[in-house]
Amino acid sequence: MPGLLSGLLLLPLVGAALILLFREESEANLRNIRFIALWTTIITFALSLAAWSKFDPGSPSFQLVESYPWISDQIRFRLGVDGFSMPFVVLTAFLMPFCILASWESITKRVREYMVCFLVLETLMIGVFAALDLIAFYVFFEAGLIPMFLIIGVWGGKRRIYAAFKFFLYTLLGSVLMLLAVLAMYWNAGTTDIAVLLKHQFPSSMQTWLWLAFFASLAVKMPMWPVHTWLPDAHVEAPTAGSVILAGILLKMGGYGFIRFSLPMFPEASAYFAPFVYALSVIAIIYTSLVAMMQEDVKKLIAYSSVAHMGFVTMGLFTMTPQGVQGAMFQMVSHGIVSGALFLCVGVVYDRLHTREIAAYGGLVQRMPLYAVAFMVFTMANVGLPGTSGFIGEFLTLLGAFRANPWVAFFATTGVILSACYALWLYARMIFGVIDKPALTSIMDLNRREQVILAPLVVLTIYYGVRPGPILDAFAASTDHLVKSYQAALALTNTALLTVQ
Amino acid sequence: MLPFPVLAPALPEIILVVGALCLVLLGAIQGDGARRAIQTLSVGLLIVVLGLVHLSGGKQGVGFEGAFIADGFAQLMKVFTLIASIATLLMSFQWLERERVERYEYSLLVLLATLGMMMMISANDLIALYIGLELQSLALYVVAAIHRDNSKATEAGLKYFVLGALSSGMLLYGASLIYGFAGTTSFSGIAAVVKGGAPLGVVIGLVFLLAGMAFKISAVPFHMWTPDVYEGAPTPVAAFFSAGPKMAAMAMFVRVVITAFPAIAPQWQQIVIFISIASMALGAFAAIGQTNIKRLLAYSSIANMGYALVGLAAGTPEGVQGVITYMAIYLVTTLGSFGCVLLMRRDGQAVETIGDLAGLSRTRPWLAFSLAAMMFSLAGIPPLAGFWAKFYVFGAAINAKLFALAIIGVVTSVVGAYYYLRIVKLMYFDEPKPAFDRGDASVNGVVIVCTIFVALLSIAPAALFNAAAAAARSLF
Repeated sequence: MPGLLSGLLLLPLVGAALILLFREESEANLRNIRFIALWTTIITFALSLAAWSKFDPGSPSFQLVESYPWISDQIRFRLGVDGFSMPFVVLTAFLMPFCILASWESITKRVREYMVCFLVLETLMIGVFAALDLIAFYVFFEAGLIPMFLIIGVWGGKRRIYAAFKFFLYTLLGSVLMLLAVLAMYWNAGTTDIAVLLKHQFPSSMQTWLWLAFFASLAVKMPMWPVHTWLPDAHVEAPTAGSVILAGILLKMGGYGFIRFSLPMFPEASAYFAPFVYALSVIAIIYTSLVAMMQEDVKKLIAYSSVAHMGFVTMGLFTMTPQGVQGAMFQMVSHGIVSGALFLCVGVVYDRLHTREIAAYGGLVQRMPLYAVAFMVFTMANVGLPGTSGFIGEFLTLLGAFRANPWVAFFATTGVILSACYALWLYARMIFGVIDKPALTSIMDLNRREQVILAPLVVLTIYYGVRPGPILDAFAASTDHLVKSYQAALALTNTALLTVQ
Repeated sequence: MLPFPVLAPALPEIILVVGALCLVLLGAIQGDGARRAIQTLSVGLLIVVLGLVHLSGGKQGVGFEGAFIADGFAQLMKVFTLIASIATLLMSFQWLERERVERYEYSLLVLLATLGMMMMISANDLIALYIGLELQSLALYVVAAIHRDNSKATEAGLKYFVLGALSSGMLLYGASLIYGFAGTTSFSGIAAVVKGGAPLGVVIGLVFLLAGMAFKISAVPFHMWTPDVYEGAPTPVAAFFSAGPKMAAMAMFVRVVITAFPAIAPQWQQIVIFISIASMALGAFAAIGQTNIKRLLAYSSIANMGYALVGLAAGTPEGVQGVITYMAIYLVTTLGSFGCVLLMRRDGQAVETIGDLAGLSRTRPWLAFSLAAMMFSLAGIPPLAGFWAKFYVFGAAINAKLFALAIIGVVTSVVGAYYYLRIVKLMYFDEPKPAFDRGDASVNGVVIVCTIFVALLSIAPAALFNAAAAAARSLF
């Protein structure tokens, strides 16, 4: 069915336009605004499921392709999905209703603008994954900064302005370098159609520079050590839903960028830089895990653990083994659900106590048994316990890393242990023990709305831990295709080198 | 006896000059009583001329013994310049009236400056270029000091006059050197001479010529007048300065180097690259510390000229296309931004510090939205129009293998993003101050049109880009 993807892009904008029709912030209007936002995101999610049902996971080629005239004959507005982008489109649409629900009561000022920001952001995020034209991708990729800047800056915590600026400028600096690479690719290939670019062979000398320019942007977005420092600030200051989007979707754009551009389009440079990426990934896994352990702020701790988990993703991707790539993809999807859920959990207690300090909590299990269960599931998934979705990704990436370089796998595995340390310690400090703080004595367990938010996430975390098949199948064919063409490209260069010799 | 000059290519200019002189007569006879009529007629006259220029369809034509040229490039740049003049005139009237600087000469001077700009754009000869430039400059010197009871405005006018006269002198000196060594003042003649190896005198003359033109577009190191004049002059005048004259000067710059000196491109490219980098860097860093919004926009326009020059540095048709696209989008953005500044009035007083914008998103959400769109556009964030401007100039630079220039350019654009974001931060993150007064309808109208253009260009941008590409091709 044509128009499905553009429908996904337009729907949230329609919702945003409807919300803008409300002028006054009266009680009734606020209710309507919230419901419009919620229903828009739910319908968008339903539409994304429809797109998924039309999607044939057996084929590695782009599907649901749409093309509209835009800048010129070479630069058209092209949309389409393959096995790598489809899961992210669905994930984005899936997480949005939770974000709206999580903001139901906690956002009280400027609700109208808040919902508009989120709906516009949804369009832009889906656009990033559905764009099949390099320029369109860049436009969506960059444009997302504006609503996120406002979300952090207007509805954030105490140091929100610092965090918003840091987030914006950090990511912008990386992205503008990528823009130059995009332009260079256009002049070299004569088109910005991603499907054509995937087949185009860039000269070796150029690949190195293009790879570095893309890396500058994607590594910041990912974020990889040492350019991760914007993330803890942004996470801590953003409102709960903002953190969910940040961890759940925005970080995945980095990994998606590697899979979509760096690896298939610059295979030689990717092979050349793989050890460099391994080193950064291993440092990220070990170092940020250690840093996470020492955090006193819950959100900061989860933010650092995100950096560590993204280390597994980059490591897995650059092994360019089927296991590594599949593991990285799975890790991203699972992390999108799990870290999003963890931030929602933090939001639950933050709404009650208005502090994110770990020391302010303790013994929550006494008063909040349901919360303790949900939080435990997500903690275990964060640790990578078998039976949760977190395990599959980590295991597969490590498997891939072991085939590529056993030492990398060895050091990365220590990260699994470290993640158990910080995550379980966090859980113990917050949930176990006795309630000795006066503020906690009357704390209430999850209300109906919060149960509705967390229950599906719990189910999915366990379901995909036990049956990872549905997700893995979605990108199996694409992975296969990617790895094969990558190896073919490298083999071609090697033969060329041998001939020269 | 000299043959009768070919007038047809200059028909819009001739109509403009005749109309302007009639209005001068009207003003001289009726005095300030005819101010309203003159204002209306001026705008009407400009609209008629705009229509004529548009209808000419960019037909190639040469008049006045080759001194005046009409082509696609001239047509498009004239359209932009006329739009700039019309929009700034519309935004000026009520504002000036409130500030008690209503004089009927104002619209006449703008008309004459516009005529000078059109001459600059169409000049195909050093003498014609100088005449156009002086006509424009003399009118602008007076316009800058139109608020003659205000010491700041007078100072601005004087500063502009002294420095402007100096730069005109340099330009004239350069032109005379070139004439002396090349033996001709026509661009095509110079191009023919330079083709067989440029005499040193021509190169030195070119340097002076470029210095004079860099002053007119306020590129570093000839930018010093810009912040003071923008701050001192009445805001509508500053808006006018930042729009039309920049278009014309940039068009003149492009035409001179592309059509008269194509053979010694490496020589002028060095200079253009230098002033481009210097303007981008200075514009980005110096604006950070500004608290007056007009000064901030002045530094922003310096930086913007640097970006536009990135396209010219490439020296290719793509590069010129980039310059045209950049200038068009810059025009709309700067008109929109100054429109927002014109709407900054509290209790009948114009306010100018950026702190006065605090919390604007609460008190005037749509005004805040417009200004935020302008700021994000100036910062080059997609999907706003400013992104496409940067896209084309940097694309041309990459195509011409000017990688260092492109990298420095994008990095300074991130620095620049900081101060544009600061405005957004003030409007959206900070606690509100008392609301601004209700704005004039004409200013509101201009701001709305500019906002729509800036926000929605990404949906259907091809028309502008194709027009720019066609105009650029007419120069080569």
